[in-house]
Amino acid sequence: MSSSPLSIKPPGGTYLSGRRTRIYSLLGLSAVLIVVIALATSIGSVHIPLLTTFRILVAKLPLLDISQTWQSAIGTIILEIRLPRVILAGLVGAALATAGATYQGLFRNPLADPYLIGVAQGASLGAVTGFLLPVTWNIAGFGLIPLLAFAGALLSTATVYLLARVGKTLPVTTLILSGVALSALLGSIVSYLIISSGDKMHGIIFWLMGSFSLSQWSEIKIVLPYVAVGTAVIIIFARLLNVMQLDEEQAQQLGVNVERQKIILLVAATLITAASVSFVGTIGFVGIIIPHAVRLIWGADHRFLLPLAVLTGAIFMILTDLVARTVLAPTEIPIGVITAICGAPFFLYLLRRRKKAIF
Amino acid sequence: MIELEMQKVTLGYDHHPVLEDITLKVSPGEMVGLIGPNGSGKSTIIKALSRVISPESGRILVDRRKITDIPRRELACMVGVVPQLPLLPSTFTAFEIVLMGRNPHLGLFQSESKRDWAIAWQAMEKTGTDELANRRVNELSGGEIQCLLIARVLVQETQAILLDEPTANLDIGRQVETLDLIKKLCTQKNLSVLAAIHDLNLAVQYCDRLLLINERRIHAEGTPREVITDKNIKEVYGAENCVYTHPVNGLPTVLLGAHRNNTIGTQSWR
Repeated sequence: MSSSPLSIKPPGGTYLSGRRTRIYSLLGLSAVLIVVIALATSIGSVHIPLLTTFRILVAKLPLLDISQTWQSAIGTIILEIRLPRVILAGLVGAALATAGATYQGLFRNPLADPYLIGVAQGASLGAVTGFLLPVTWNIAGFGLIPLLAFAGALLSTATVYLLARVGKTLPVTTLILSGVALSALLGSIVSYLIISSGDKMHGIIFWLMGSFSLSQWSEIKIVLPYVAVGTAVIIIFARLLNVMQLDEEQAQQLGVNVERQKIILLVAATLITAASVSFVGTIGFVGIIIPHAVRLIWGADHRFLLPLAVLTGAIFMILTDLVARTVLAPTEIPIGVITAICGAPFFLYLLRRRKKAIF
Repeated sequence: MIELEMQKVTLGYDHHPVLEDITLKVSPGEMVGLIGPNGSGKSTIIKALSRVISPESGRILVDRRKITDIPRRELACMVGVVPQLPLLPSTFTAFEIVLMGRNPHLGLFQSESKRDWAIAWQAMEKTGTDELANRRVNELSGGEIQCLLIARVLVQETQAILLDEPTANLDIGRQVETLDLIKKLCTQKNLSVLAAIHDLNLAVQYCDRLLLINERRIHAEGTPREVITDKNIKEVYGAENCVYTHPVNGLPTVLLGAHRNNTIGTQSWR
């Protein structure tokens, strides 16, 4: 009590060592991500040794001079076919995990996922409409289906937002209920359209379950800015999201402008989700389970939870896509099937092992 | 030093008035007690003074500025609140909850420094919660959480503190410790303190002034001696003849069931 404030030791190594562990985990996961990218790029129908893959990837980096010892066809497979697919999977995994963590934090609800307030059903309706329209179209990589999916996702979320607004406030419960109700409405329209879609049914269902099979660099160029900016914005506000885990009243009394904060986070999380699902379909499971798994392992502080979810989501999605395209090759399994088959057992294991409160 | 003031304020939820025409003032160095029956609007006053709800009419001034002109983060550096036993997110540790008191002092791109940790740790020592630091808050008792919230408001380092039933879940030892601490800070640091307190005897012991609220209005206000009288207690709580003089300090004391046909409980529940 007598010493000056600065000389007093903060409590227990536990808090500090917890921070240190999480910082090391961030670095470790970044390394794992790089290895997983290289690994997933080297595996495929044409066998390319891991070392060659590494050389091809590293040669693309600036300032490094690596002489080409591989056939140019191999280089094309790696750089134009496999790498964009792996990168897009990583981006989408990161985006869905971040958006899921954000929605769970914002709604203070463990059942929240990125699709809770209408993004998925809006995107599905848009995409299905795109499948059924007798025209095709392509503007700078933005095909008709992604364009309509993106528009559908944003339109339905905006509708949910307007429905839920009460005066100047946005009550979270109203938002969730409006989202669930509008999703049900759009979902039944989608179901009817699928049933009456005839020979296009297979393509539609495959899209809904998600696939990275058509990934190209042009798509990454569109998705990346959304995901990068949206994720950055969310991570900047991570400390405020922590304070918002108290109730809204306490958050206000601790200086958080709760209504403004809700809108910023909702817009950011919705945009990264919409941009992701528009190109690859409404992949399930990742957005709800990855944040929980990260929370179980590393704790609930959003300043670590969010970046760790970015890395874990990316790694998980790249690996599941690898499984989806290799296990029954040359047939591809929809990735939405694989995410749950691979992820659920691991998550249940975590849940059993750690029996304390997880949310 | 910060002065809190309400001028002819009407407060309510959905245009249903809870309090009408309330005028009050809390000055630096003064500890004011809010007393009154359940549902009389004590918490509502605290919410209004921390801008969680807005008045339907009248003016609320903090440091002689209109409360609506003060950005929320700045307001949270001026006025701190100890809420009535809230649910806390179970996955955070006690230390993390206390550290959240530093939030209004941190810019968007800042993180807590060693100094902030030290402030939080000191507050936990003062409130006797340092041993709970690494425990998750869902493992703590109501009383322990209440002490944590007191620690958090100290960490907030505000010139004005609003407390909503700060001692409701504490044993009598902790009640005295907590109110002693708040009273000491109030006089030493010239804080403006407004506390809603159910226990009339504690309110009398610690507050310089009391505001007795009933039926949407301030029923009586003044020193404990002026407010805690047989007449006021009967009018507001329906308990007859229960005010005595404390044998040691001479302050009014409420004793129930001592004699004289005590009839508490006959007032209908609103």
